[in-house]
Amino acid sequence: MMLGTTPGGGLLAFALALPVLAMLLAFVAGGRQAGRIALVALLAGLVLSLAIATSVLRGGDALVLILGGWAPPLGVALRADGISAVMLLTTSVVMVGTALFAFTSYSGRGGESRASLVFWTLLLGLWGAMNAVLLGNDLFNLYVALELLTFAAMPLVCLDGRAETLAAALRYLFFALLGSLLYLLGVALLYGAYGTLDIVLLSRLARADAPTLVAAALMTAGLLAKTALFPLHLWLPGAHAGAPAAASAVLSALVVKAPFFLVLRLWFGVMPELTTGPAPQILAGLGALAILFGSALALRQARLKLLVAYSTVAQIGYLFLMFPLAGAAGATLAGAWTGGMLQAVSHALAKAAMFLGAGLIAEALGHDRMRDLGGAARLLPMTVVAFGLGGLSLMGLPPSGGFVAKWLLLNAAIETQQWWWGLVLLSGGLLTGGYVFRVLSASMAGPAAAAVAVVSPGRQAVVLVLAILSVVLGLLPLASFGLVQVGRLAP
Amino acid sequence: MSIASAYGLLGAVLVGLGLYGVVLQAEPLRRILAFNLLGGGIFLLFGVMARRGAGAGFSGDPVPQAIVITGIVVAFAATALAVHLLLRLQAARDEPVPPEEPRA
Repeated sequence: MMLGTTPGGGLLAFALALPVLAMLLAFVAGGRQAGRIALVALLAGLVLSLAIATSVLRGGDALVLILGGWAPPLGVALRADGISAVMLLTTSVVMVGTALFAFTSYSGRGGESRASLVFWTLLLGLWGAMNAVLLGNDLFNLYVALELLTFAAMPLVCLDGRAETLAAALRYLFFALLGSLLYLLGVALLYGAYGTLDIVLLSRLARADAPTLVAAALMTAGLLAKTALFPLHLWLPGAHAGAPAAASAVLSALVVKAPFFLVLRLWFGVMPELTTGPAPQILAGLGALAILFGSALALRQARLKLLVAYSTVAQIGYLFLMFPLAGAAGATLAGAWTGGMLQAVSHALAKAAMFLGAGLIAEALGHDRMRDLGGAARLLPMTVVAFGLGGLSLMGLPPSGGFVAKWLLLNAAIETQQWWWGLVLLSGGLLTGGYVFRVLSASMAGPAAAAVAVVSPGRQAVVLVLAILSVVLGLLPLASFGLVQVGRLAP
Repeated sequence: MSIASAYGLLGAVLVGLGLYGVVLQAEPLRRILAFNLLGGGIFLLFGVMARRGAGAGFSGDPVPQAIVITGIVVAFAATALAVHLLLRLQAARDEPVPPEEPRA
């Protein structure tokens, strides 16, 4: 059966064109206008991703757009299934939040129009690359999208131009380039074996033979380096903690999810046979180590932004627990799948709120040293509450989105009689509780701290809204997560 | 040994050398060069795939050639970016250390 463009498939072209057009327009218009252009485009993007999600849910199947009328295997298709739609929507929400947060700090006024121009064009470029990763259905196209994502994300790490952040950016670039070249090597092997790179076609052709397994191993290893799964996480804390708060938020909430998304595509789309062997246990084992080490290191950090960055290392680990659990059948599979995606979404919202919150605290106090955080809660009550709410979701306490995610994964662990993953989930929650309470108790101690800068209530509200969204996710009825099941390629 | 297998082996050797350099070289510039070696090896493998041809009865498959051209552009951009970053880093390290600034 050939793929064909579905009704509503045209929307997908706009999801790629809008960020690119906005980026070009912002580049031409200059630093003073760039923020406004970005905000308008991002709001339009939010509407667009809502339309795509509605269309996927109503149609009950993936949206497909055949580019230029050339059908795969020769042509290239864009495809949005349930998980693409959910991640597109998450991307839009986090991007809009970040843009509102950064709007006043990168306004281009006061002779800083260059920094503003760079920030907004990179943000829009990153958005476009993210959408390309989420919608791509051709493995080579996805390679290009991944590289674009790195090229947009890397300069965001070193926006301030200090030697320390430049070194972190270079280290990030090396890890990312190695990751994408390993991925590309796997793509070459798959093309040699099957003569197509279309994910849907490959899912019908792929066999578990030697070239396919070598390709899968290379591609997975490359993607793990890019998503910073333990022990390939070494680049992440320096890069994410050194970046300006608005950049850290999108890097931690979205950029590391893109390679993870491709691992999902690869394992459940291209070669579902893999999920029944020992390989998923290895992936989840690395995930478990990430949870334990990441959380334990977060507990020991002396700076707030580094603590939040190590927490990202830990939370990425949870995403990989879904691999051995989702290898089960029927309702358990559906549960683990929903749990994993919900973890991705709730972590994105919570982590964006926490990084932006940490940025506000650092701005108001003039530093982010953990031992001098006292009084921050009196100075920025809304922000500290938002940080706590985000923490609630990371810990997996009810009624947050993180709770439902971890509960679904725990359920699947028990149903498939893999109780050890349940143990990891629970102890990870305890450790997370430890470092979140460390921040909360430090910031609540003592009288109001002396502020070195005034933080507008509007920016605090943005952070709070993101944190509340990550909690409210847990109050939605489970049936409404049916969207993530639409168009799943795995059996 | 056919000519395609010879190129295939050459590609594999380049990939191996590149990986060795990327992982074990501490000098950033050598590492960037190793990335190019690795990329070159992968592009050569794509060329071999085109020759072996999963395509229907053509002497050469055009799709991998299109992939290689795109890949070279991406690899060039990555190299330029990495070299520029390295120069900026060098310049920042040569400057006198500015007083501790608040981190936003």
